Amino acid sequence: MRRKNYGFVLRNLISRDFKIRYRNMSLGVFWSLLNPLVMMAVLTFVFTRIFPNVAVKNFHISILSGLVIFNFFSLSWQSATVSIYGNSGLIKRVPLARELLPVATVLANSLHFLIQIGLLVFLALLAGYAVNAYWLLLPVIFALEIVFVCGLALVTSALDVYFRDVRYVVESANTVLFWLVPIFYSFAMIPPEYRSVYQYNPVAAVVLACRAIIMEGRMPPESLLVKLPVVSVSFLALGFLLFRRLQRKFADYL
Amino acid sequence: MPFVRFYHVSKVYSRQSRQFFWRFFVETMGRKPREPIRALNDVTFELGAGESLAVIGHNGAGKSTLLSLVAGLTTPESGLVEVEGRVMALLELGSGFHYDMTGAENLRLNAALCGLTKKQTEERYQQIVDFSELRSFINEPLRTYSMGMILRLGFSIAVHVEADILLLDEVLVVGDQDFQQKCLTRILRMKQEGKILMCVSHAPDMLRMLCERALWIESGAVIMQGAAGDVIDAYRAGSVPVNAS
Repeated sequence: MRRKNYGFVLRNLISRDFKIRYRNMSLGVFWSLLNPLVMMAVLTFVFTRIFPNVAVKNFHISILSGLVIFNFFSLSWQSATVSIYGNSGLIKRVPLARELLPVATVLANSLHFLIQIGLLVFLALLAGYAVNAYWLLLPVIFALEIVFVCGLALVTSALDVYFRDVRYVVESANTVLFWLVPIFYSFAMIPPEYRSVYQYNPVAAVVLACRAIIMEGRMPPESLLVKLPVVSVSFLALGFLLFRRLQRKFADYL
Repeated sequence: MPFVRFYHVSKVYSRQSRQFFWRFFVETMGRKPREPIRALNDVTFELGAGESLAVIGHNGAGKSTLLSLVAGLTTPESGLVEVEGRVMALLELGSGFHYDMTGAENLRLNAALCGLTKKQTEERYQQIVDFSELRSFINEPLRTYSMGMILRLGFSIAVHVEADILLLDEVLVVGDQDFQQKCLTRILRMKQEGKILMCVSHAPDMLRMLCERALWIESGAVIMQGAAGDVIDAYRAGSVPVNAS
């Protein structure tokens, strides 16, 4: 557990997760593109034909930006939460820096996230949105989301070893978040008295920033650009601290 | 110089129910919590460079717990564990392997997990494949391997990591005669180079060949330790000779 080759281990763990995910499937990595496209099509149909929704132009881009960001958050958080339990063979038999397991799971999901961001950018350009200077902020914002999920995953993956209920808590939290992150509605539609609640939701903040930049061509609110890094980095620090404490007894509980 | 030192080490596993609310309910009803299991009880020994220790005892005696403590996979409740040097633990066949990946992919992943850098892995890749004698099978998925082949791969990686302390838990028995012989030769050479070896096995002949010293534990407590031949004889006879320590 006192090794100096973290980078190499991390790269190997990420490539393992990435390779295994779609191995032996004929469409392979295309599923990363197909999944959000199908969801986008269904949600666009429902919210333009069944519940006519006139407020947003290019509704499918709005939906896709929400979906891509939320999907990454939810998938990587859920799979990283069970990453310690799922690798109990490694935990019990191989001395390694264990925090690499949840982090590698999140980063492997980030590769799919990257592919889906590519899809989003492609469709946005196709819909006629132009590249502007604020696009330079996009990688930073996405990176901060990854940092945030890593922190969250370190906490829940460690707790899941002691209380297996944690995975179901995470699952339920994600179901709730699907509705509380503005995926198929816009910020403008949220009644003002609830808006302050949304401020404290980093996933919603990422969606808001992403839409502001791509669809409105403007700078995201400054308060958001301060809160997001503060929240993300402190979560990561908290995650590492808590994980360090809890990991000593992992082998006894698995 | 590498060393392994245990001073009065005890390890306890709790047997309390992990269902928090159920436990709370049961305990308020006045039932006493279950006695914890003492996996190791006041174990003391010391190993220096080039020394080798066989750990024997019946199933559940605490042998694997002992090796886990050396590897730093778990921590003792009391006592002191001091380990100096890089540890290579081969505690179970195929731990850390993924069955949907090929032998070569598993080799790289496992080498990384065992502490090799990218450069070292690439340098030793061919040696490891040659030692394992898996040849073209190395590019097949692991689920097509036999137990013996998985052992070959795992063991070949383990001896090429060049750790200072090698831990083996009942893994050599699966290989065929030739491969076992090759492994024994290799391990004996590592000992001459000053590496520390700790071995758990139920094959007395192999232990006699590999280890100079032995530690016999039952229910976590040391029954006898000393020269491997004496301890193994006593273990097989089922009692400690009167004149032994």
